[in-house]
Amino acid sequence: MNDIQSGDLTSGPVCPIPISEYPQVMLAHGGGGRLSQHLIRTMFLSQFTSDALRPLHDGALLQVGNMRLAFSTDSYVIRPIFFPGGTIGDLAVNGTVNDLAMCGARPLYLSTGFIIEEGLPMEDLWRVVVAMQAAAKAAGVTLVTGDTKVVDRGKGDKIFINTSGIGLIHAGTFINPARATPGDAVLISGRIADHGIAVLSVREGLEFATQLTSDTAPLNGLVDAMLHVCPDIHVLRDPTRGGLASTLNEIAESSATGIRIREESIPIADEVRGACEMLGFDPLYVANEGKLVAIVPSTEADDLLAAMRAHPLGREAALIGHVVPTPPGVVTMETRIGSTRIVDMLSGEQLPRIC
Amino acid sequence: MRYIDEYRDREAARKVSSMIRATTTRPWTLMEICGGQTHTIVKYGLEALLPEEITLIHGPGCPVCVTPLELIDKAIAIASRADVIFTSFGDMLRVPGSTKDLLSVKAGGGDVRIVYSPLDAVTLARQHPDKKVVFFAVGFETTAPPNAMAVFQAKKLGVTNFSILCSHVLVPPAIQAILSSPSNHVQGFLAAGHVCTVMGYEEYIPLAERFQVPIVVTGFEPVDILQGIAMTITQLEEGRHEVENQYVRSVRRDGNVPAKNLIGEVFETTDRKWRGIGEIPRSGYRLSPEYEVFDAERIFDVSGINAQESPLCIAGAILQGLKKPHNCSAFGKECSPEHPLGAPMVSSEGACAAYYHYGRLGSSPGTR
Repeated sequence: MNDIQSGDLTSGPVCPIPISEYPQVMLAHGGGGRLSQHLIRTMFLSQFTSDALRPLHDGALLQVGNMRLAFSTDSYVIRPIFFPGGTIGDLAVNGTVNDLAMCGARPLYLSTGFIIEEGLPMEDLWRVVVAMQAAAKAAGVTLVTGDTKVVDRGKGDKIFINTSGIGLIHAGTFINPARATPGDAVLISGRIADHGIAVLSVREGLEFATQLTSDTAPLNGLVDAMLHVCPDIHVLRDPTRGGLASTLNEIAESSATGIRIREESIPIADEVRGACEMLGFDPLYVANEGKLVAIVPSTEADDLLAAMRAHPLGREAALIGHVVPTPPGVVTMETRIGSTRIVDMLSGEQLPRIC
Repeated sequence: MRYIDEYRDREAARKVSSMIRATTTRPWTLMEICGGQTHTIVKYGLEALLPEEITLIHGPGCPVCVTPLELIDKAIAIASRADVIFTSFGDMLRVPGSTKDLLSVKAGGGDVRIVYSPLDAVTLARQHPDKKVVFFAVGFETTAPPNAMAVFQAKKLGVTNFSILCSHVLVPPAIQAILSSPSNHVQGFLAAGHVCTVMGYEEYIPLAERFQVPIVVTGFEPVDILQGIAMTITQLEEGRHEVENQYVRSVRRDGNVPAKNLIGEVFETTDRKWRGIGEIPRSGYRLSPEYEVFDAERIFDVSGINAQESPLCIAGAILQGLKKPHNCSAFGKECSPEHPLGAPMVSSEGACAAYYHYGRLGSSPGTR
């Protein structure tokens, strides 16, 4: 491959990731942090050059005739496949529903692809399928097409699910990460990091007793309620993999603004904080599956918070900070003791510490 | 959350900060030993709450950072073998060896697994009798008891396919080495609260007397560290040099006696090489003769592995407190958490990583 890099263009596109650095894909390339961003920008965006992809939003915004559609896809590879508060099935439905909702769209139709490992008990598959249908019903979407593949035992991890979805964008809304504007308020719909910690609590080798459950939920209803109060929401994102910190960093980068948050304002369960202390994790980087971040004109913040708190999935919504002009692309946080620190993009996976 | 919130309290931090300002009359240089403390100092921007006269130097207390390059290379060689399941705490997997890290071994097909306790590695060994299960036993006195327990259990249960690659290091000999160095300018120490939770603090008393430096056993929350600094400064201003304990909610004078007994059963003191610093006499643990059949360096022939550090990396000067991370010409350029040249940029407790993640705000705390 070194030869190809040094100029043998006849054999196809040059691998844009220097071979001396990562000759193979690392787990962290899929971790949602800086390495993932690097892979997406250097590998995928260099080849897939469509205007709809370039903003790297949660979904693509497409004009079809008179309609504005949102189109999104996501794959689910979670272990274990059953965890407190959910299964890989409802997660796969809610995840794509939420990606569409974050585009300001009303999710309509979903596709699903199953990659199943030989040997998966039928009973487990049934549980997953039932959970998917229940989640689809709750979100008001219909599963309309699908595909099934089975791979040899040992070549998969029980079950992987892909879902894609399309939705109709609400008239008069223009939600885009680049629209974050200095002065805007930053809202979160509830407590962070529940999902990541609930899943970790049942992971093999790390089991710890907790009452925590995943927050997996369809957010389209909450988004409807918010758009009803304020159609001019600038940005919506669901802080899944990589957590709140990665999402805010992506918004700051897309909009070339700074984001300043207050540690004390961020809702977080004591139990989650305790688990994070024990594991050496920062909850700002832990995944959520039923929360959204909204960046909104500050004049609308109070009305939006009231509307969010009136919805079952937004009862603990909070104003956590503001968009600021400088430093552009950087997220800063006022700590509990009153000092300021950078909230950086995670480099790779969050790894439990030694001591 | 009890024992956490009161030590991250704005008003408490302000009070201790004012007390430090009122006490300090001249320049003092302190070293916090533990990387966890460095992390808190930079993460919370504590240097901004201190008077100009106080300089904090970040000590060598990051186990990941001081593990010698050649030991990482040995770990990589062992982990690459088809007959091995190599287990480690997460931090160690990203530390660069001479040519690659353990995560790359994993991506290349090696069976490298993160475990959360060395006892999990013993369990793995029992589940996979056809494999040799190796645990990467690094750390200070804090991780010595669980690592000793794993070996003790393996022996008791007759698990013969388990071994450890051991690189344990000890805090007091490192303090002695720093204080004995002609270039030393550290006048007081914050000792590591978790190390002392295991070991107690009696062994620090002769050091404080011999070198006439105050040593204050200190916790890890921002208010803990400010209190530790206040106690050290008070001693310096009053001309005292004693061992004091700020972290009373966790540390007793004689430490955790059953844990210490277990360490004494399984390990013995040995000379140990520290990455970036060199060899320090009697500064580490190795398995005692009765347990040496569990020593991975004996089981796998890795004695021929030697390694040279990157000439760009000034980890040695940073780990000795002679330079700060942002004084390094490679900081944030050739060396970043994605492409670390040295271990202090890898570990969450490494000084370089702490500066990189939290301290790049221009005039902000942490870049002073």
